[in-house]
Amino acid sequence: MYFYIKNLTATQQIGALFIIVFGLLLMTSVAVFLLSMREHGDDDRAELMRKELKSVDGMLRSSWLMVFVFWIGWITGDWVALTVFGIVSFFSLREFLTLSPTRLGDHRSLVLAFFVVLPTQYWLVGSGHFDMFAVFIPVYVFLALPLASALANDPLRFLERNAKLQWGIMVCIYGMSHVPALLMLEFPGYDNRNAFLVFFLVLVVQICMVTQHFASRKLMQPPVAPAISQSFNWRSWWIGISVGSLVGALLAGITPWVPGTAFAFAFIACVAGSLGHFVMKALKRDRGIPNWGAQGQSTTGAGGLLDRVDALCFAAPVFFHSARWYFDI
Amino acid sequence: MLAKMMSLFLLGLIRVLTGSQARWHGCPPKAEQRIYFANHQSHADLVMIWAALPKELRSVTRAIAAKDYWTKTPFKQWLTTAVFNVIYVSRDRTADEDPLEPLFDALENGDSIILFPEGTRGFTGEPQPFKAGLYNLALKYPKVVLVPAWINNVQHVLPKGEVVPVPVLCSVTFGAPMHLQVGEERRVFLERARAAVVALRDV
Repeated sequence: MYFYIKNLTATQQIGALFIIVFGLLLMTSVAVFLLSMREHGDDDRAELMRKELKSVDGMLRSSWLMVFVFWIGWITGDWVALTVFGIVSFFSLREFLTLSPTRLGDHRSLVLAFFVVLPTQYWLVGSGHFDMFAVFIPVYVFLALPLASALANDPLRFLERNAKLQWGIMVCIYGMSHVPALLMLEFPGYDNRNAFLVFFLVLVVQICMVTQHFASRKLMQPPVAPAISQSFNWRSWWIGISVGSLVGALLAGITPWVPGTAFAFAFIACVAGSLGHFVMKALKRDRGIPNWGAQGQSTTGAGGLLDRVDALCFAAPVFFHSARWYFDI
Repeated sequence: MLAKMMSLFLLGLIRVLTGSQARWHGCPPKAEQRIYFANHQSHADLVMIWAALPKELRSVTRAIAAKDYWTKTPFKQWLTTAVFNVIYVSRDRTADEDPLEPLFDALENGDSIILFPEGTRGFTGEPQPFKAGLYNLALKYPKVVLVPAWINNVQHVLPKGEVVPVPVLCSVTFGAPMHLQVGEERRVFLERARAAVVALRDV
């Protein structure tokens, strides 16, 4: 299997991948749709089933979204992929900051974050300035933004406001920008099939999250931190991580690595992603909301993007930097 | 043509920046003659509530704008006339003219209007007391439906004195229609209307 995949040409590999992934997604979607049509005699059970299906539906949607983003990125080239991820960054940062209320004095720093920091970071990625791109936000922006806030002459909760903004930028811009950054890495002997690496990362993390979600539903273990998350427990976490990493090893054919290394990198990405998702849950509890998106309570609109991509935001930088360090590129 | 493009551009801009969500809580969007009245914290309020309305209602719903401010430069005047089709109201009172006169004309025409009864932009988060205009209109046109609305978060998008807007999710919540009760006093009615707007903040 592994050698078979490895020996195919790049185009064949891509074709096979799309057939497999879109096929799986389509099958699941159809199955969920059919389940939702089923009649239930018992009202309570029906209600439970409806709730269950609704959360599955949410997961499916985000999976579709991610695969779709990858697909767009692959067919159109690096700069379009960069733009797409930049837009995702923009909207998730918008969600993050809406729910971390800022004061009027933060206006200038917010403008800088959205219209200077974000494009600059993505430009640094696109032009391959890796050393600068890795330190631009943690070093330069970290110092510059509080300055803009301080000049606004408003000391009230200054540390708190700045910490929130820095956090938002780190997660939504810095973390997210590491996904397209994978496109720019040059692995020896990989002849520029880096889109696969993005796909690998996204798929592995997403599978880990979905598995963990279902495992915690089935196992009904006591949660580790019930005040933060009712569903997070170590056993289902391990199941999620293991499944994610195993899928990573199976996909070694599309990476520049042998199955063992692919397993290790998938493992790293899954750990960072699932724990990052957990941390974001803590942030949401702090704000008293069940999910990101407009008001957390509204039923319409394009809310909740950040809920879908937060695991990726944490997994990508760790994945990227460990890969770079390991291969010394 | 230019106005059409401008309105599309503004619509796109406000959606990217704010998501421009409309939440119809007390009534559905409907093509009847209405007076929408809302809190006022930013210039973007006008665009916000305009963008939150469905396309069909947008063309028959006209906002009120202060004449002295919005006719100051040719661009401002063009924007408010050609794009938003606002009704100008002069803030400095000349003795011989009722400042509400242009509003009467619009309502006679069958247009719906958007009113910010505080008269000016507030900065405290709590709306200021409402001006009497809303009462006078309700008294004169009892058939027109009064719809309270709460515009949330827009003050963060463009605070006074800033030029570059910042993206923040905003929403407009429309509440249940209200009416002037028979013999209701002006102060009582205005206080009730203000309470109806404020109540929408938390739904």
